Amino acid sequence: MLLSLATQEGIIAAEHIPADSPLALRGMTVSYGEKPAVFSVDMTIQEGAMTAIIGPNGAGKSTLLKAALGVVKPLAGHVTVFGQSLKSQRHRIAYVPQRASVDWDFPTRVLDVVLMGLYRELGLLRRVRRAHVEKAMSSLDRVGMTDFADRQIGQLSGGQQQRVFLARALAQSADLYLLDEPFAGVDAATEKAIISVLKSIKDEGKTVVSVHHDLATVRDYFDHVFLINTRKVAEGTVGEAFTEVNLHKAYGGRLATAQMDQLNLAAI
Amino acid sequence: MTGAEFVPLSLTPLLIGTFAAIACALPGNFLLLRRQALIGDAISHVVLPGIVVAFLVTGVVSAWPMMLGAAAASMLAVGLIEAIRRLGKIETGAAMGVTFTAMFAAGVLLLEQTDTSSVHLDVEHALYGNLESLIWLNATGWHSLLDISALNDLPPELGRIWLTLIAVVVFTRVFWRPLKISTFDPGFAEAIGVPTRLTGLALVVVAAIAAVAAFDAVGSIIVIAMFICPPAAARMMTNRLEKQILWSVVFASTSAIVGYVLAGYGPLWVGSEHAVSAAGMIATISGLILALAAMFGPCRSAQSG
Repeated sequence: MLLSLATQEGIIAAEHIPADSPLALRGMTVSYGEKPAVFSVDMTIQEGAMTAIIGPNGAGKSTLLKAALGVVKPLAGHVTVFGQSLKSQRHRIAYVPQRASVDWDFPTRVLDVVLMGLYRELGLLRRVRRAHVEKAMSSLDRVGMTDFADRQIGQLSGGQQQRVFLARALAQSADLYLLDEPFAGVDAATEKAIISVLKSIKDEGKTVVSVHHDLATVRDYFDHVFLINTRKVAEGTVGEAFTEVNLHKAYGGRLATAQMDQLNLAAI
Repeated sequence: MTGAEFVPLSLTPLLIGTFAAIACALPGNFLLLRRQALIGDAISHVVLPGIVVAFLVTGVVSAWPMMLGAAAASMLAVGLIEAIRRLGKIETGAAMGVTFTAMFAAGVLLLEQTDTSSVHLDVEHALYGNLESLIWLNATGWHSLLDISALNDLPPELGRIWLTLIAVVVFTRVFWRPLKISTFDPGFAEAIGVPTRLTGLALVVVAAIAAVAAFDAVGSIIVIAMFICPPAAARMMTNRLEKQILWSVVFASTSAIVGYVLAGYGPLWVGSEHAVSAAGMIATISGLILALAAMFGPCRSAQSG
């Protein structure tokens, strides 16, 4: 029942997908058990924008990102990347998973992790050449981590680990960057470094989409927002969509009025 | 010891033991890092019912049908583990435990109900293997290595485990990057187009092939020990996966060689008359190496290394 309904919506919606959007989802429905984590979500990301995906805990933010990447298989729905199939455009997407999703005790060095971003270039057997190492090192340079290239990844602080993940994404030389809570559990200096890198990516005309938790920084960091609570609540520029009404819809009673007051919300 | 004694009696068991140990330790490195180390244990247990069923079906004790039976049983076990994990929504370790004990028990029952004891197919044999009996009768010394007719008489287990080892090495080398990336960060791997499910499945299949071939030659105790002990000890020697693999090969070979020699001669040195099981001694040595690495290895915890 749920499946067929969602599929129908997906098919109907798939007919009018904007061809120029770096990432467009139609009728996306994902479920890990009985209850859908994401239900029939349409999302259209603006090219060259920095979009925050926001919503309460368990709202399906990360799931939406993973479904867009094909990391989790949706029950229904349709993804287009730059107007084409995900498969044909994979090489244009860089992904930064949640830092806590991997085992940092894994026996490898910082440089090796960044080189993983060059997998599509290297393939199965091509040798790692000086040019590849230089590319990885310049990615590390952008996040201020060149001195740590030879470190075992378990010896890094949370913020440093997050920078390494960002460097790996930079090495992918993508046009669309998808990040899952890049500021979770990092120090202030790292947060500053990451946002300046993301802004420089945006200045190159690339598109950034990030799952984001801290409502207080949405206005400073992003120009677009996508609000979700299993279903889509709103999307648009920060001015249009980051409003008290929409936040109430997404978070319900979980946001106190006092918190709302601090957010400098667009007055509607 | 002279070549005339060493080559026919000890060379082939040593080589077979060493190849089997390395063939199991290589995939063991990845299984360990994926927290699936128990799968070696599971596979080597379910091999028993597979072999018994193959014997019942074909009625002969012949290596190929039995290896096919063992391979089929391990594939069945891998499928069952995955099914139990998904349908029962329980963790992988528990699913493995349920599967391999149930299938091993079924194998023991089958074995009891059939008259297989006369054909050298018994639980003891399944556990310890018969490494000591894999001798090269026609060899008369080192020069036999150049003698075609003597070489034709090499135990068939040697050829099988050698081919298996080559297959495992080629697999590890060719799929190194997908294995490493999908083991470290499966989400990222999937996102960049690494076939993570296929890689994981291929790893388990290769582990199963190694386990079955090694089981045929050396019994399940060595298989279980080699999947876990050398990789776990190697992890504590280095913080680089490349070096961990090399250490695990060193530890696996050391266990096989030292274990075999100690089993044969150790009891004589302490005044006992009987040699002890080579398989048991090899597994014990690998456990000792692990204990030493746990006490003195330079990278016992990532934070201290």
